[in-house]
Amino acid sequence: MTIPWLTLLGLVPLVGAVTLLLPVKELSRVLGMFFGLLTAVLAIVVATMYVGGSALAEQVPWIPAFGAWWALGLNGMSVLMVVLTALLTPVVLLAEWKLPNAGRWSPQVFVALVLFLESLSLFTFMADDVLLFYLFFEATLIPMYFLIGGFGGERRAAAALKFLLFSLAGGLVMLISVVGLGVVSTEMGGTPTYLLSELAKLPIGTDLGRWLMVGFLVAFIVKAPMVPVHTWLPTTAEQATPGTSVLLVGILDKIGTFGMIKFCLGLFPEASLWVAPVMVILALISIIYGAVAAIGSTNLLRLVAYTSISHFGFMVLGIYTFTTVGVSGSIFYMLNHGFSTAALFLVIGFLINRRGSAMVADFGGVQKVAPVLAGVFLMAGLSGLALPGMSSFVSEFMVLAGAWSRQPWPAAVAALGTVLAAVYILLMYQRTMTGPVTEASATHVTADLNGREKWVVAPLLAIILLLGFVPGIALDLVNPTAAATISHVGAPDPVAPFGEEGK
Amino acid sequence: MNITAPTFEWLELAPVLIVLTAAILGVVIEAAVPRAYRLVSQVGLMVVALVAALAMLVENFVSQRTGTLVGTSMVLDGPAYLAWAALLVFGLLSMLLFAEQRLGNGATAFAASAAAVPGSLSESEAAVAQHEHTEVFPLALFSLSGMLVFASANDLLTAFVALEVMSLPLYLLSAMARRRRLLSQEAALKYFLLGALSSAFFLFGIALVYGYAGSFGFREIATSIGAPVYGHGLLLTGMGFLAIGLLFKIGAVPFHNWVPDVYVGAPTPVTGFMAICTKFAAVMAVVRVFYVALGAERWSWQPLIATIAVLTMVIGVVIAVAQTDIKRLLAYSSISHAGFILVAVVGASVGTAAGASSSLASIVFYLVAYGFATIASFAAVSMVRDAAGEVHSIAGWSGLARRNPFLAAAVAVAMLSFAGIPLTGGFIGKWAVFTSAWRGGYSWLVAVAILASVVAAYVYFKVIIAMFFGEPVAGVEVGKASGFTLVPLVIGATATVYLGLFPGQLLDLATAVGTFLR
Repeated sequence: MTIPWLTLLGLVPLVGAVTLLLPVKELSRVLGMFFGLLTAVLAIVVATMYVGGSALAEQVPWIPAFGAWWALGLNGMSVLMVVLTALLTPVVLLAEWKLPNAGRWSPQVFVALVLFLESLSLFTFMADDVLLFYLFFEATLIPMYFLIGGFGGERRAAAALKFLLFSLAGGLVMLISVVGLGVVSTEMGGTPTYLLSELAKLPIGTDLGRWLMVGFLVAFIVKAPMVPVHTWLPTTAEQATPGTSVLLVGILDKIGTFGMIKFCLGLFPEASLWVAPVMVILALISIIYGAVAAIGSTNLLRLVAYTSISHFGFMVLGIYTFTTVGVSGSIFYMLNHGFSTAALFLVIGFLINRRGSAMVADFGGVQKVAPVLAGVFLMAGLSGLALPGMSSFVSEFMVLAGAWSRQPWPAAVAALGTVLAAVYILLMYQRTMTGPVTEASATHVTADLNGREKWVVAPLLAIILLLGFVPGIALDLVNPTAAATISHVGAPDPVAPFGEEGK
Repeated sequence: MNITAPTFEWLELAPVLIVLTAAILGVVIEAAVPRAYRLVSQVGLMVVALVAALAMLVENFVSQRTGTLVGTSMVLDGPAYLAWAALLVFGLLSMLLFAEQRLGNGATAFAASAAAVPGSLSESEAAVAQHEHTEVFPLALFSLSGMLVFASANDLLTAFVALEVMSLPLYLLSAMARRRRLLSQEAALKYFLLGALSSAFFLFGIALVYGYAGSFGFREIATSIGAPVYGHGLLLTGMGFLAIGLLFKIGAVPFHNWVPDVYVGAPTPVTGFMAICTKFAAVMAVVRVFYVALGAERWSWQPLIATIAVLTMVIGVVIAVAQTDIKRLLAYSSISHAGFILVAVVGASVGTAAGASSSLASIVFYLVAYGFATIASFAAVSMVRDAAGEVHSIAGWSGLARRNPFLAAAVAVAMLSFAGIPLTGGFIGKWAVFTSAWRGGYSWLVAVAILASVVAAYVYFKVIIAMFFGEPVAGVEVGKASGFTLVPLVIGATATVYLGLFPGQLLDLATAVGTFLR
């Protein structure tokens, strides 16, 4: 009997979450970390097996009446997302180790919810069945809702509801399409099926395909927050704990861009080409708007949320310009953004813990009192603005190169976003870290990073640098998937304009 | 004219007969057993009878006994099996709630002496003497027997008789709340008057359809639609009146006005019984009348029911948004669920040979998922208390998770299921309903239903927010309940999650039992 590795991988954190329902009290953090690390190890084992070419896909009938399967599988994109999820979770658990006991919301509940969320996210990334994907996609809202609503700022309950209603509205629009897809599969094939591989073969007509695609796209646009449906993200990030924000922005929002590639492009190639101009423009608006809003933010957490909106704009641009290098870059961007935003959010979290405020104006001269913290902050920030040497530079460059080869003007506008990125990161650094030590900084920021906090950021920065210098380890995985996606969509890469002269 | 004496298919009818016999025995118990032993003997009788009826039903199912019963007045087919099984299970679970005494310090949720004037001396005397109206058990059993017949009636006259047998005890039961008795009596009066009015419409509809078809039988009506003798107008008018009577019972807009008042006024266990069993039986009757008798006429009724479905969903959820009382919220929720069920009724899709679920299978699944979540909710409503009895204001439920995390979790599961969030039965139910409506060509209705779901989600999350994120209210406690409340609560919550994870068995069963015998 073969071991169902993927199911196992998703179940380990779930078992951890269930274990934490027991009254383990003081042990909860240790237990949570144990299950988090176990999952990370398992994820790396699975990724290694994937690289080694093992057959990992699982397929068991689940609801025959709907044609739904318990179908899990990996491709170059999902394996990266799985690794990202499995690595970020223990980091978040470590970062929130000293989470204060906010009333009845004990840290034990936090750890249980994080593990529950990890399990659902892993299944979301691995699902090869549209109904199964939808199920986990929506189910992730439950732990995330409680994570936002239970831990964080004063107005967290309202933020949680806003998050929920946006996501639910997007998700339910997608539900229309998913129901429709099932009906279409029954009408065309006789048997209902939600299996991705079967659905991709269906000759869905142009009009119907476009309608169905739009349903999926709406959910993904809300998820990977793009202007104008992004407003829930800054509110949520401001109220949630930084750890929750990492999970939200670093992992959950990736489902949006992930879904665009896997489902919109995978199931409706024609409709995706049709919608591309709109998506490119939305992406550009997100890039510029997110950056400008970040420059204007007075709250550090909101600021990082806005930079993410800008970054998601880049990912979407890479996807909807349909070049192999652009899609590769987008997928790689998804990975890098996870790590760099995590670093940024968590370092800001350490700052907030010390100062008790997230306002930019409440800091100043931190560099002098906490040099290590400031240094790490700068590193994380530079990774956010895609400095060469950081992994995000590679992906951003690939996206821009891809976009340029299709059409120069979107790439030109997007490049403006990279300039603005330098502005928001460096301005933020200047205002909070440099200059004379303000009284507030001196009284509150008394200690530099402690050992635990260093252990939180060290792996993140190490990965960022590693992927920056050796991007090939990730890109080798991604490239075949990107190439397959592009050939499935049927938009061959444009021939480089200097190709004629170069041969 | 020859009138043939009807034959009695004793075995097939056994589940109904057992319930009826138990109801009659219950009346005898009231007369013969000393007061101190009445409650225990009534509960024992009820449990034994319902389990026996269920066993008999399973035995019939395994032996594949199907066909028309008592001439052609009833029919035992796949849908009837499902409906009977569900009615017996949910009837049992909700009648367990009737027996809860520990929550009320040794008294049930029913008035000590329903005949005494509220606030009078005789009322307090009865309360001090710890009298109990154990008649509620036979009354509920009578009602349940009516529901069983209603769900399998094969002619309009039987349907009408069943409707009355089902409704009359409910009017009485609604009036018997121990607390807030005037509200309860007012609710019962409203329910009775409006119920009687709707019955009159139903009866008039029967007369008109009889005039058109020359028969009460569903099959004969269907035949005569194929070969009409009289004008179409007679049929359409009759159909409209029948629809009014039936839609009143399931609480569809615009015949929903009784629902909130009755749900609030009636004792909570009775509300639970009505919310699940009445709705189940009435929906099955709606489906049977519209599919079997009027199936050929569906081009006429589909637009009508579609309109009502839209109204029911939209008005149900929109008004629910403004509710501050948990029982009223559940009432409007129950209205909106009737709307979602009607979405599948409109679809009238038959499923495919390859096993795609039909409208009927979807409706049954939806009702079962709704039933489990509902029983858990009402069990919870009866447990949250302060000095004056149950706390119904949602503000009073604030911070419940801190007082009793397990109760809050159970309610959260029920609310998530109502909202149609994945990993709960409600999600799969919505899915099934939407799929069958779309397959029937009503994709626009699916879109409307999904928009209504978004609003509905807000409603249910309001309760979750209060429970988990609010500060506890002084004086509100979670009562120490006995097994009579805890068993339905736990079963309801567990089954809701189970149906969300492994819906295949029930869906396959609902598909496999096949469609109506005509």
